[in-house]
Amino acid sequence: MTAALIIIIFLYMSSSAAYLGYFMIQAKILQPVAYSVLMAGFLLHTGLMGYQYVHFGHIPVQNLHQTLSFAAWAIAGVYLLLRYRFHLKILGAYTAPLATVIMIVAFWIPQTTGEPSNILNSIWLILHVVIIFIGEAALVLAGGTGGLYLLQEHAIKTKNTRFFFKRLPSLELLDSAGYAFIITGFTLLTIGLVTGFIYAEKVWGKIWSWDPKEIWSVITWLIYAALLHERLVAGWRGRRAAIMAIIGFAALIFTFIGVNLFLEGHHNEFTRW
Amino acid sequence: MNLPDGNRQAPTPQAVSPEALEIILIGVNHRTAPVELREKLGFTDTETESALITLRKLAFIHEALLVSTCNRVEVLITTDQPETAKEQIPSYIAEWKAISVSRFKSAVYIYSGNDAVRHLFRVTSSLDSMMLGEPQILGQVKAAYKHAVETKTTGVILNRLLHKSFSTAKRVRRETGIGGHAVSISYAAIELAKKIFDSLADKSILLIGAGEMAELAVEHLLRSHHSGIICVANRTFSVGVELAGRFNGTPIRFEEIPETLASVDIIVSSTGAPGFVVARDHIKPIMRRRKNRPLFFIDIAVPRDIDPAINRIPNVYLYDIDDLQGVIEKNINIRRKESVIAERIIDEGVVRFRNWYKSLDVVPTIVALRDKLHATAEAELNKTMHAMDLSPGEEEALKKMTDAMVKKILHDPTIFLKNPGVHRNKSAYLDLTRKLFKLDNEF
Repeated sequence: MTAALIIIIFLYMSSSAAYLGYFMIQAKILQPVAYSVLMAGFLLHTGLMGYQYVHFGHIPVQNLHQTLSFAAWAIAGVYLLLRYRFHLKILGAYTAPLATVIMIVAFWIPQTTGEPSNILNSIWLILHVVIIFIGEAALVLAGGTGGLYLLQEHAIKTKNTRFFFKRLPSLELLDSAGYAFIITGFTLLTIGLVTGFIYAEKVWGKIWSWDPKEIWSVITWLIYAALLHERLVAGWRGRRAAIMAIIGFAALIFTFIGVNLFLEGHHNEFTRW
Repeated sequence: MNLPDGNRQAPTPQAVSPEALEIILIGVNHRTAPVELREKLGFTDTETESALITLRKLAFIHEALLVSTCNRVEVLITTDQPETAKEQIPSYIAEWKAISVSRFKSAVYIYSGNDAVRHLFRVTSSLDSMMLGEPQILGQVKAAYKHAVETKTTGVILNRLLHKSFSTAKRVRRETGIGGHAVSISYAAIELAKKIFDSLADKSILLIGAGEMAELAVEHLLRSHHSGIICVANRTFSVGVELAGRFNGTPIRFEEIPETLASVDIIVSSTGAPGFVVARDHIKPIMRRRKNRPLFFIDIAVPRDIDPAINRIPNVYLYDIDDLQGVIEKNINIRRKESVIAERIIDEGVVRFRNWYKSLDVVPTIVALRDKLHATAEAELNKTMHAMDLSPGEEEALKKMTDAMVKKILHDPTIFLKNPGVHRNKSAYLDLTRKLFKLDNEF
């Protein structure tokens, strides 16, 4: 499994190098190369997780190592999936390095194989985890797209048409892609939360237990809900939408990692090392 | 390719070996000649043809081509008497165009050999253009070449040279950014619009005032399969109506501008108004009505029409004439940097062409032909001998026989290539031989 992990990291890293090269020197040939290598890494990653599922008998989100690996997998996969719909090739220069960094961090975290417990074996939990991760990956991409939007907007406003201006796509494309990512992510996040509640009801007999992760998840959800509401009602597009996407992204990261580091709760055991 | 006898009617004093043929380029361009001179020098299509026919009749000229654009007139020839050509062709041009020879000669440049080849490549690749990287010149050289082919003044050397110059120009365009990055106000404005809006096809445009640059910008916008609405506002309504008719748009009154801003996306403004036509306070409520859909103002007027404070409103973008000028200057610098790569590509092309040109000499062609035949004979001989069990004496006899065969086969072609006869174009035969026996790897 270590060998597979190293190969996956190597593929993601190569893809990152190609994407960054594509971004910097804008050699068109690098883009399909980067995409293919990322795809190869993703497929191998999928295989590894399938193996782990069979090997452990439950989905591999038992410790922080596995959770991070799962997150990197979801981010790479969602990007590969959404890329053709939105022609945002340049977003790969954000996605691939992100997946690489997450995988490297995951690699250095010791793999504590905890007691296989039955609580990981419910269909509701599988749905909860998979849907939430895919939704969060879409929101991570939305955050990145928001960042690109701010860079491009700054370039146009300040009339600096050199670096970012040439390399980044149009504001309209970034804005509409970011919006689509948020709608996708928000929808999945909602479904993921609901399945989580159903699962909690089955395991602990109550849907809500004031777990810090639950609270922060709902806070994150509210941020995105506010963003979407304002966009539909008051026309919050462009810069404000981009900033909100980044704020939402920050809340997401805190919910995902910060809560486990600073606060206690029943999600902890899955993200412990 | 040029058939050996077909295209050459000019009486050649004697068959000349290609190494004695020199490629010469004589011309003037925007750097050497002022516009007063250049405008007198322009050749129309018919003038080009008659000039080419005249050149063809000159005994010392083998092939000829004439390129005439508003920025240059160039004559490209192959000749066996370079000094005579350098002396006489400028006089011919001056005579045709009825200008004093001394005046013309003061502006003329003459390149020969590699320098002529490089100059042609630089011209075709738009490195020698007034606006570095402009795309028209390739088409103009192609048209000039077509004329020369139709007038039958090109032969194997110029055909090869021109095709090489076209492929070099295409390579330069493909591998460098010399043709990218807008260098005119209207194109720069469109490039900007494309970074704000994903597609311009469905965007509505408001043209305020009139003016060449503003109209050009609108025309460029229309060219990108535009299907949005175009509104034209003018202080004099009748002028607006006329202009709107040209763009297939809607004329509006000046007072309607604030209202129209709620529905259009791109505003090109170029009025002679002393103050601002659109103020910041106009825009704030409009952005709310637009649900913050972006607005792009292009202000070409001096004094400016659009309040510069507008650029600070979220989702509103304003570029004035100086901003656009700044964008263009940066782009020109990028093109200049790219031209360094282009020069390298051109150097490569020159070397390749030179190698081919040298191969048109008789001796290397005969040597290459002999080597090829010998190599083939030896390979086959070895195969045969390997299969049979022969005594050394028999082997020696077989070797002698094949050597004699190769020699005999080569005898007549060698004599012919060395002297194909009067009136005949030796380089064409050499070229044909090289192709027939595939003596060059690169074609």
